[in-house]
Amino acid sequence: MKTLTGKNRLRTVALATASTFALGLVLAGCASGSGGDAAAGASPEALEAALEAGGEITYWSWTPSAEAQVAAFEKAYPKVDVKLVNAGTNTDEYTKLQNAITAGSGAPDVAQVEYYAIPQFSLSDSLVDLAPYGFGDLADQYTPGPWGAVTVGDAVYGLPQDSGPMAMFYNKTVFDTYGIEVPTTYDEYVAAAEKLHAADPNAYITSDTGDAGFATSMIWQAGGRPFSAEGTDVTIDLQDEGSQKWADSWNRLVEGGLLSSTPGWSDEWFRGLGDGTIATLLTGAWMPGVLESSVPDASGDWRVAPMPTYDGTPANAENGGGGQVVLKQSKNPALAAAFLKWLNSDPASIEVFLASGGFPATTADLESADFLAKAPEYFGGQKINEVLVEGAGNVSSGWQYLPYQVYANSIFGDTVGQSYKNASDLNEGLQTWQDQLVEYGNQQGFTVK
Amino acid sequence: MTVETQIAAEARTVARAFGRRPNYVRRTPPRQRKSIVLTIVMTIFIIYSIVPLAWLVINATKDQADLFSSFGLWFGSDFNLWQNIVDTLTYRNGIFVQWFGNTLMYVVVGAGGATLLATVAGYGMAKYNFPGRRAVFAVVLGAIAIPGTALAVPTFLMFSQLGLTNTPWAVILPSLISPFGMYLIWTYAVDAVPTELLEAARMDGSGEFRTFFTISLRLLAPGIVTVLLFAVVATWNNYFLPLIMLSEPTWYPLTVGLSQWSAQAVGVGAQPIYNLVITGSLLTIIPIVIAFLFLQRFWQSGLSAGSVKQ
Amino acid sequence: MTTASTLAPAASRVPPQKRRTRRDWRGWAFVGPFMIVFLAVLVAPVIYALVLTLFRQQLVGGTGFVGLGNYITLLQDEKFWEALFRVTLFLVVQVPIMLALSLCAALAIDSARLHGTGFFRIAIFLPYAVPGVVAALIWGFMYGNQFGLTGSINDLLGAQILQPFSSQWVLASIGNIVTWEFLGYNMLIFYAALKVIPTELYEAAEIDGAGQFRIISGIKIPAIRGALVIATIFSIIGSFQLFNEPNLLKALAPNVISSYFTPNMYAYNLSFAGQQFNYSATVAIVMGVITAAIAYIVQLRGSRQEGR
Repeated sequence: MKTLTGKNRLRTVALATASTFALGLVLAGCASGSGGDAAAGASPEALEAALEAGGEITYWSWTPSAEAQVAAFEKAYPKVDVKLVNAGTNTDEYTKLQNAITAGSGAPDVAQVEYYAIPQFSLSDSLVDLAPYGFGDLADQYTPGPWGAVTVGDAVYGLPQDSGPMAMFYNKTVFDTYGIEVPTTYDEYVAAAEKLHAADPNAYITSDTGDAGFATSMIWQAGGRPFSAEGTDVTIDLQDEGSQKWADSWNRLVEGGLLSSTPGWSDEWFRGLGDGTIATLLTGAWMPGVLESSVPDASGDWRVAPMPTYDGTPANAENGGGGQVVLKQSKNPALAAAFLKWLNSDPASIEVFLASGGFPATTADLESADFLAKAPEYFGGQKINEVLVEGAGNVSSGWQYLPYQVYANSIFGDTVGQSYKNASDLNEGLQTWQDQLVEYGNQQGFTVK
Repeated sequence: MTVETQIAAEARTVARAFGRRPNYVRRTPPRQRKSIVLTIVMTIFIIYSIVPLAWLVINATKDQADLFSSFGLWFGSDFNLWQNIVDTLTYRNGIFVQWFGNTLMYVVVGAGGATLLATVAGYGMAKYNFPGRRAVFAVVLGAIAIPGTALAVPTFLMFSQLGLTNTPWAVILPSLISPFGMYLIWTYAVDAVPTELLEAARMDGSGEFRTFFTISLRLLAPGIVTVLLFAVVATWNNYFLPLIMLSEPTWYPLTVGLSQWSAQAVGVGAQPIYNLVITGSLLTIIPIVIAFLFLQRFWQSGLSAGSVKQ
Repeated sequence: MTTASTLAPAASRVPPQKRRTRRDWRGWAFVGPFMIVFLAVLVAPVIYALVLTLFRQQLVGGTGFVGLGNYITLLQDEKFWEALFRVTLFLVVQVPIMLALSLCAALAIDSARLHGTGFFRIAIFLPYAVPGVVAALIWGFMYGNQFGLTGSINDLLGAQILQPFSSQWVLASIGNIVTWEFLGYNMLIFYAALKVIPTELYEAAEIDGAGQFRIISGIKIPAIRGALVIATIFSIIGSFQLFNEPNLLKALAPNVISSYFTPNMYAYNLSFAGQQFNYSATVAIVMGVITAAIAYIVQLRGSRQEGR
């Protein structure tokens, strides 16, 4: 290549100086980026005042019900203009959110964030604490799991929209065809897996190619608490009792080749749900909506049952679900908070949400007679909500996510995923995951053990 | 040979490849027997190239249920193409049409701008021996080697400082640079625009730009069309940088929009719309194929000038 | 405007001294706009990236100067070397195959022994017009094990022969997509280079009694060596930059395609999943240097043989 001649060198130096100056601006910008005085004038009355004054806010969400909810809100409060933007689903949206926060601009006022990702944003001081606006009083409106996920001590960082207590969805037609009893423990579950696969080599009890959300929820159910964070002190133990309990139990399916290798949420996966080659799903209570709208072929085949247990004692965990938060970059935090409050606690809004197939996080709705009496045709007239709500009651407490859970989930495939790929011991994969997470955390300035 | 002349020689080969009038007048090649065997072999190539596109067309006629239940390479039970097209164009208040408009704009401004800049610059490199010419060559060459995808982050951070992210400029500005286009025009112009012509025009008192626009541009036409063709394809298919730069769907090009629709199938609140993704993909390809066939004829004439069409 | 006939006689070969100096700077009027945008859009980010590599920004604790620390970490980073090895392997296998196929196609079309040449040319070139996203989508569907093309072929053969997303085959599956996309493009480069070979050479060869293969190896291929070198260089650069296809297929093979499958994917995930912008920039710069070095070597070797 050409060496730098005198002229080139001068030019390069000039550019370098200019860019260093630019970099300096960036660093300065980053330092002051999280500004915005949310504390000033934050009170429950400020919410009403903001709604009266009106204004414009931006709301990032991908839920199917968002459009209808926004429309209803604007009808109730004509002075407020809500710009609804679909900035992508889960990690796509979180990446953009994170980028906007790092860059210091471009974030919306209100954003939909799943529970596992909320700590990341709250601990990095990117969210508005809604306690000064009186959100603390809303605590008993919600079930403990979701409420715990949006709060840190006395600070309230968001409001739950839906919840995802786990349940076992199974294809009754398939079970009946092969004479399989609905399993209540994991031993029975594994036995059912073997029986099904022996009878039909194309069918599997469920599909699992490694999903961080699923694995963490299963560990949760087994009693594990691998993650804990207090400020910048983080503890990670993916080999604690609960983690090993799940891994050892699930190993029977992984090492036994009893899991379908169809990746979740692919078109083949949807097909598998429809034609019976995937017989059960261990997932959150929001699944019926997805099944009803996206797997019409299997209408009437599926039923809901409680999650299998390890020893007969009911235990459950949450899987998925999320709420909305207010970003510190918001120029009108009071109005944003007011919209959020309406969105997730106003009965009119919740009604719209339920109509689109969502599973609520509000105790009132979970206990309402109407809700419990629902008997969708898709599930053969079974009163699914009774099962789901009972499951919600069994969710154990004390679970925490990492302050960098989004990153953690992004390397799940590289680490635990390898155990799936090689049909080998999940514990090894968990150990690798732990090692990499500890390394990352320390690199990022946390104190990780 | 210096580095410069080596590169220039190769670029000249490519320039010749894409539209320069060959020096030699190629007479009819000796008549050859048409070979069936060769045709069969080539047909395999064709099948390989076309089958995925055929898959696209066939599956755009199916609705979602059909997609899941029918064989991949043959039609389903119903013919739903028109319904799919209507659904694609009206989904979410016609966001697809908006994306289409965005892409058109990016192509016209981006590819058009890139062709303009490349043409003017290539011409300047060919016909003017100005100080710093070698430096320009070296810098441009060096910068291409750095992976574009890896430059995305610094570009993103830079642009966000300037407040350009989430605006169309974030997509257009980076697409204005086509180094390959510049080389093409450069080597093409060396031969296609005789210096004597320029000298004479200067003697007649014509300014440099006037000469450029009135004489040189016409002579460069086949090369310009080539650069335009590749710039159009590149900007139409531009995916990675817009993905990073744009956070709101208002300014998405079709490629980014389609990938968002595809990702919609995942997770809580999943709304798979595979049939729309497939139909949308088909609709995305059609204009570029048309533009391409259209432009190809133009450039074909440059290629075949002086030789006999096959 | 005046035509060539009136201009030719008036041309004077030696312009006056004053004019030459003035003309020396006019080039900038033409090259200027391109260079301004170029500097802003390509050079500035490169310099910015270089500066970024000297720092480290943490989620907790802000940004600090680390000098060459990032580079040292990179040298010891297994993930990076694994990714680099993988794209090199990809390059060594896929590029020759693709170029050989393109060359065959170009030679076949040039031989004038085909029926319907025009149709062939267009049909083979068509995949180039397809955006990478759409190509990955289509092939992703077709690679489906249950219902895609591979599924059907497997059923036909009665066994799970084709497993596009197994760890042994995933690189080949990606290579297949890339070959499909660029076969026509490279074919066209070769074909156009073939078309300018003077026919006198063919006639001389016919007189000497040379067969088709002798003509190909003795005349055609040497004549298009320049085009071969260029196509190789661009393919090499493309291989090192491999990102779109594996990234889009990752959802279908989440454990086989890791987050650091190619160096570019690694850089991308470092930035956008891990918020490690500085380290990501380091990966980018090092990859850029490696790519440039190899492209330069290829070009030197190719030209040296041409100058023989």
